[in-house]
Amino acid sequence: MDTASVVEIGRPSVRRDSIWRSLRGPLKGSEYTWALAFVVPYIAVFVTFVAYPVVYGLWMGSEPRLYPELFSDPIYQKTVVNTALYLALGVNVKLFLALLLSGFFMRPGWWMKVLLMIFVLPWAVPQITTFISIHWMLNGEWGFLNNMLYTLFHVEGPHWLNDRWTALGAVIVSHIWKWTPFWTLILLAGRMAIPLEIRDTARVDGATGVRGFVHITFPLLANLYLICTLLSTIFLLGDFNAVYFVSGGGPANSTQVLATLGIRNAFEIAQPRLGVAAVMSALPMVIPLVIVLMRKLRTAQVQL
Amino acid sequence: MSTVAVDTALPSSYTQSQAQRAVRRRRYLTTAGTALLSLVLVVWTVLPIYNMVLISLEPEGDVFTDHIWPRVASVESFWGVLTQGHWYLEHFWRQFANSFYLGAMTTLLTLLIGSLTSFSIGRLRIRHGWLVSNAALLTYVIPASFLAIPFYRIMQNYGLANNVWSVIAALVAFATPYAIFVFQEYGRSIPIEVDESARIDGASPMQLYLRIYLPLMAPALVAVGTYALLLAWNEYLYQFLLLSSKSSMTVPVALAQFLSSDQSPWNYMMATAIIYALPPVAIYYAFRRRMSAGLTMGGVKG
Repeated sequence: MDTASVVEIGRPSVRRDSIWRSLRGPLKGSEYTWALAFVVPYIAVFVTFVAYPVVYGLWMGSEPRLYPELFSDPIYQKTVVNTALYLALGVNVKLFLALLLSGFFMRPGWWMKVLLMIFVLPWAVPQITTFISIHWMLNGEWGFLNNMLYTLFHVEGPHWLNDRWTALGAVIVSHIWKWTPFWTLILLAGRMAIPLEIRDTARVDGATGVRGFVHITFPLLANLYLICTLLSTIFLLGDFNAVYFVSGGGPANSTQVLATLGIRNAFEIAQPRLGVAAVMSALPMVIPLVIVLMRKLRTAQVQL
Repeated sequence: MSTVAVDTALPSSYTQSQAQRAVRRRRYLTTAGTALLSLVLVVWTVLPIYNMVLISLEPEGDVFTDHIWPRVASVESFWGVLTQGHWYLEHFWRQFANSFYLGAMTTLLTLLIGSLTSFSIGRLRIRHGWLVSNAALLTYVIPASFLAIPFYRIMQNYGLANNVWSVIAALVAFATPYAIFVFQEYGRSIPIEVDESARIDGASPMQLYLRIYLPLMAPALVAVGTYALLLAWNEYLYQFLLLSSKSSMTVPVALAQFLSSDQSPWNYMMATAIIYALPPVAIYYAFRRRMSAGLTMGGVKG
């Protein structure tokens, strides 16, 4: 196999069987070097900027004394409730809307195409800019929302961001506003991938409207919908921008979520280990999610 | 939600005209429903963006008033941003250049590292390539914000604080996994025989990568490039933590600094925000088709 004739390439050689051979597989010497050289940059990036920070973070959060301190913090207790609400409402309302809207956008006609182009704007515009805009919109005195309520209905709107529940609601609605278009596009593509014959056959058999959706469309979309739910849960758990810019975690730290509380602990009250601990307390939820997701993504070949 | 609401089977007892009328009424209702829903969607979508435009068009004193359309549209604040005419905006162009550099480098490195990796795994079929794929998959499902604190510490240790390359490193690390997926998925549509025949003609792996793989992957490269650029443009947390000096910071960090002051010049902020939002929106609409093809490549398989 050292005779470097070009014809031999790719033909599995059965002559020698060494450990070296099993390591490099069917590739010829120089090809193996190339193949290795091509993956080394990514491996280096992964080890230096992903694996090392993960290990470093686990080490930072490994002190047992951190956790009683964290769990007895009233801000942390509120944060857990907020995170749970944010997850439950943010993920499910958004995806359910996306599921319905993806069906709506299946309608024919030029108007639907134009509408879809307008509809994806929240996703195309940078997050920070729109969240800052929403923050100002919700200002109790000069915000656009209250101005509008007053001009149109002569109602004095509340100070949205001065109350824990309206502020948290504002965060959730902002998240839904920002991300529904993205998931709608994904589910729309999922619907498009359903072969026309299936839809036609179903229609002939009388499965139209709601019945067609329940018996034909949804069963075919269910796996994709599940993957979207899982991925969206992970993304939302790590979402920093919506909370940070819309409510700022306020009033009085009552609308923090785990991702923002970690940063706040680390950089505002200068206790990085407590910050890591806050983030790590999400691990019992993250790890099973990651395992299920990795299995699902590997088998289903969904690209997001 | 059916797309074919009109031609359902009708009982035979209907007379022709009754049937026609029912069909017509149904079509009328569907159209009205579509129009109503469209209106709601447009208002819902546009409201925060309208708010941005409205405030950016107001002269400085007008921000703290209660009207819901511009009384006098003035481009004063846009002009102020472009000429760095407000003390908040002294470094606007510098910061814009930083954002641009960050986005461009992230895109280039993501494309380079991602395509090299997927070429090695997918085309050269390196042994244990699945390990690399899994590492990438794992990275994709770890929330980036969860790693921010240790990442910040590490960059401090490396002496890379206030260096834009620390942010580029983070963004490349989080964007490459997506690149690897899309490239591998797209690469499956290119028959391996193309590579084999080139090799018989004596092409080295490097030549295969440059002359055959990259040109054939062009659509996927565009999709992933757009993704990486938008990711860098959207990212805030890492830029905020790692870039704090006036000359190294990017536009999002500068914008957020506006927010923390009591006397925020809202019209300038919103003008800055709009200028910052224009490039990604333009890129998004230019590459929209390519991008959604990349986003959903594979869609549902089974």
